[in-house]
Amino acid sequence: MSQLRFREAVRAAMIEEMERDERVYLIGEEVGHYQGAYKVSEGMLERFGERRVIDTPITESGFTGISIGAAIVGLRPIVEYMTWNFSAVAFDQILNNAAKLRQMSGGQLRVPIVFRAPNGSARQVGSQHSHAMEHFYAHIPGLKVLAPATPADAKGLLKAAIRDDDPVLFMESETLYGVKGEVPDDPDFLVPMGQAAIAREGRDVTIVAWSRMVHVALEAAAVLAREGVEAEVIDLRSLRPLDETTIVASVRKTHRAVIAYEGWPYGGVGAEIVDRIQRLAFDDLDAPVLRTSFLDVPMPYNARLEQLVVPQASRIVEQVRKVLYRA
Amino acid sequence: MAKVLEMPKLSPTMEEGQISLWHMKEGDPVGVDDLLAEVETDKATMEYRSFDRGTLLRILAPGGSVVRLGQPVAVLGAPGEDIAALLASLLGSSPVAADALPLAAAHPPSVADVVAAPPAGPAGDEPPTGRAKASPYVRKLARERGLDLGLVSGSGPGGRIVARDVEGLPEAVPAPAPRPESGVLAAPIARPLSMMRKAIARRLTESKQTVPHFYLTIDVDADPIWSLREQINADLAAAAHADAPVIKVSLNDLLVKASAIALARVPECNAEFTPEAILIHRRVDISVAVAVSEGLLTPVVRDADRKSVMAIAAEIRELSSRAKARKLAPSEMANGTFSISNLGMYGIDEFAAVINPPEGAILAVGQVRREPVLRGDAIVPGRRLKLTLSCDHRVVDGAVGAEFLRALRALVEHPTRILLA
Amino acid sequence: MTTRPPSDELHLELYRKMQLVRRFEEEAARAYAQGKIGGFLHLYIGQEAIAVGVSAALRADDYAITTYRDHGLALARGTSLRAAMAELHGKVTGCSKGLGGSMHFFDVEHGMLGGYGIVGGHIPIAAGTAFASKYRGEDRVTVCFMGEGAVSIGDFHEGLSLAALWKLPIVFICENNEYSMGTPLSRELSVEDVSTKALAYGMARDRFHCEHVLEVRERVAEAIERARLHSEPTLVEIRTYRFRGHSMSDPGKYRTAEEVEERKQRDPLPRSRGELEARGFGAALAALDEAVEAEVADAVRFAEESPEPGPELLEATTYSGPFAR
Repeated sequence: MSQLRFREAVRAAMIEEMERDERVYLIGEEVGHYQGAYKVSEGMLERFGERRVIDTPITESGFTGISIGAAIVGLRPIVEYMTWNFSAVAFDQILNNAAKLRQMSGGQLRVPIVFRAPNGSARQVGSQHSHAMEHFYAHIPGLKVLAPATPADAKGLLKAAIRDDDPVLFMESETLYGVKGEVPDDPDFLVPMGQAAIAREGRDVTIVAWSRMVHVALEAAAVLAREGVEAEVIDLRSLRPLDETTIVASVRKTHRAVIAYEGWPYGGVGAEIVDRIQRLAFDDLDAPVLRTSFLDVPMPYNARLEQLVVPQASRIVEQVRKVLYRA
Repeated sequence: MAKVLEMPKLSPTMEEGQISLWHMKEGDPVGVDDLLAEVETDKATMEYRSFDRGTLLRILAPGGSVVRLGQPVAVLGAPGEDIAALLASLLGSSPVAADALPLAAAHPPSVADVVAAPPAGPAGDEPPTGRAKASPYVRKLARERGLDLGLVSGSGPGGRIVARDVEGLPEAVPAPAPRPESGVLAAPIARPLSMMRKAIARRLTESKQTVPHFYLTIDVDADPIWSLREQINADLAAAAHADAPVIKVSLNDLLVKASAIALARVPECNAEFTPEAILIHRRVDISVAVAVSEGLLTPVVRDADRKSVMAIAAEIRELSSRAKARKLAPSEMANGTFSISNLGMYGIDEFAAVINPPEGAILAVGQVRREPVLRGDAIVPGRRLKLTLSCDHRVVDGAVGAEFLRALRALVEHPTRILLA
Repeated sequence: MTTRPPSDELHLELYRKMQLVRRFEEEAARAYAQGKIGGFLHLYIGQEAIAVGVSAALRADDYAITTYRDHGLALARGTSLRAAMAELHGKVTGCSKGLGGSMHFFDVEHGMLGGYGIVGGHIPIAAGTAFASKYRGEDRVTVCFMGEGAVSIGDFHEGLSLAALWKLPIVFICENNEYSMGTPLSRELSVEDVSTKALAYGMARDRFHCEHVLEVRERVAEAIERARLHSEPTLVEIRTYRFRGHSMSDPGKYRTAEEVEERKQRDPLPRSRGELEARGFGAALAALDEAVEAEVADAVRFAEESPEPGPELLEATTYSGPFAR
């Protein structure tokens, strides 16, 4: 075990997998000489050279397509976007090529590729740099979407993603990069995709969250504990595949659920989870399932307004009180 | 060899096209890729070019006609080639023929149907006891513990009963007997649908949902037709000899002939509705419902108004036996113009039948009832018969239906007219 | 420029392939008109000499990628007529198991890495297969076909920009058939010479009219050699013309019948036939034509008789591993 920051855990996963497999390489804007826009790839250029740590011009669609092309003929690229916001200009490549090539080739091709970047809100970066992009991508069959909350999960899941034969989108968070945690050193430590973790056990209400919001949900659970409410916090880790078994088992126990996430309320992963709960645990619900998400507006720059739009622990607590009929 | 040119598919979504202009006339030589015609599709006016070479022998769909995909528009062949037989076969294959097959193959399930089959839903949720509003979890608790939610006051929004309102309540004693749920004995027996059953379900549902039915019933004096039938059968038995099998005439045979004559007199009942026009048939082809082991078949007696009762009797005998053996050709069940269904042999007094589309009416025949009737001033033993006509109101109005039944009554009550017509 | 006269055998073989593509496309059009083929159908009639000429200059292990007008390239690279026709009919015996259709022919075994339906989207993919060759130190070349309609979209710029920056072993073939669907060249681009786009990337370029299949092979061979030996990309513009509409639902009202007729006079297919006839191969040509007819008829029969793919293929071809839901 080592104490690592989230960004170091991501880096450790990439280094271990690149050492293990010559076909794996890292490509993206500022990943090499600049040492990474968020210093995730710091030192990797020196370690692997320009052949395998590749700086690109500002061409998201271009280097995304190139990496998909390389993947269908046998390489295993890791594509870093400076943030997931910029993947929007590569959306066609992800939607129409990464997610489709296997099926439209009748299964002849596979696309072993990882796309990774920080996602969601940062601090006052405005409406174009604060998107929660997992909702767009989790909608698409052919893709897998991961969103870990801890350094250990970041390392174990990223390694699993790099070894996977399908396109995996890996959601990090600028505000999580400095978070520290115990991380196994075993080079074969993998976290399987599609398995949620119980971040906190409780009996009164289930709070489902992922990525940065797991930490906010734990904060809310601490507040609720002082009111005598024991919240169970589920850290999904993987959005597609989604671990509905763990969610349903928890709701069967608590009879109430709140989904807390970044992203807008219209549709999306949060709505998908609500659908599964009402279908699979209908008879165990004592209250409608509620959500705490972004407010339904573009992200404002003003700090106070930004805090209003981004889910805070207090908003999660409020929703929990409602499902407990205490509001 | 002459070749039929069909309406081509000129766009991914087109189902029919309108020939807006022929660029060739009959007799013109045609080469590969030559422009034959312009076709207006759902998307654009497209060129219809030839895939073959030859001479344009006959234009079947003149400019302006709307033709469904794959239906003939012209005939291409060698100059002077005889295409009479080809044309005859084309005219014989009206689209109605395929649709009228009772055994027409059901549409195969598409991939989408297979994939999108909904997963089994959650166990059926019982309605809440009384009119109480309660959360799903509370309803489950109430079922398990036998609680009467009508006695609980809810503390949730709008009086919703939530878990805290029932936690700690004693279980009802004694618990109500559990309802039979999905035990083996309570489960229904699932009998897979045969093709015939599917066809019956589809066609009769379509009939009842799209055809506005109404019903007219008459009660006729059946003594004369009963006597006539006995007399005919006695004569036939007397005339029978070893070489010829004994043929018997049934009441139904007489009613088929009588109906055919009545239809010839009131052709408005021998008609079919189409969105463009009412088609009044020139032939009287009567579909006769025959019960078979899996359901029902309707072989057709063609030109029933022009056949003798004996011929009709022999034909119905023969068609019925082949129907029961499932040896009828689809064409023998297609293109009837009117149906007769008889449940008299099952002791049914009267009933209303479902119209067999695209026919415009069906006659339902009950049993001949022995009952006291008034003759002059005397009550005497007699025979009565109820006949019910189901009409497609789009084709047959009440007065027209009544006119047919009046003609039918006259024939049944004076049955020698059936033989003389 | 002095070149060795090409062997007649080669010319006969390339004629056979062009005729194969032409007759395949004609029968595809017939099947479409009969409702046996669904969706879109973009025919290659008129442009056969390009796919056939380029394929003749490639090595079997080179990669080729193209747009949705992809039948000609697949057949030229060696996809069987049966697999191609079955794909159009949506049959499981098709080259993409009936899941791709006309626009998505894939045949990895023959280095046919696909037909792509989003204009320009395949250009970075092609640069990526070239990138992989270079990454692995192989001397495989990628050829990437596109229409001139793709030149204006962003992925053309990003793909060519990166290919030039990273010196990738790729040849971009722009089949300039003068119409981007219904829009003529003069209304799509500010320059008439598409190959000049290469100048801005510092990329080699070439440009010629597709008049003879052997010329296509020779000219493109130079660019392929540049990619294989020097790992440098080239943009080759080949002027051509499609004799049919953009797709089967295109009425073609944007160009005159005279224009189409005039262009048919320059069709490279009869030109090759005429030359070979003049060199005394009349009998050989007749035999080739007959063999092509038989092969096409066999493909149609095979396609019609083949089974359809079952729903069990859907999830298995969505993910390589377990289905993610």
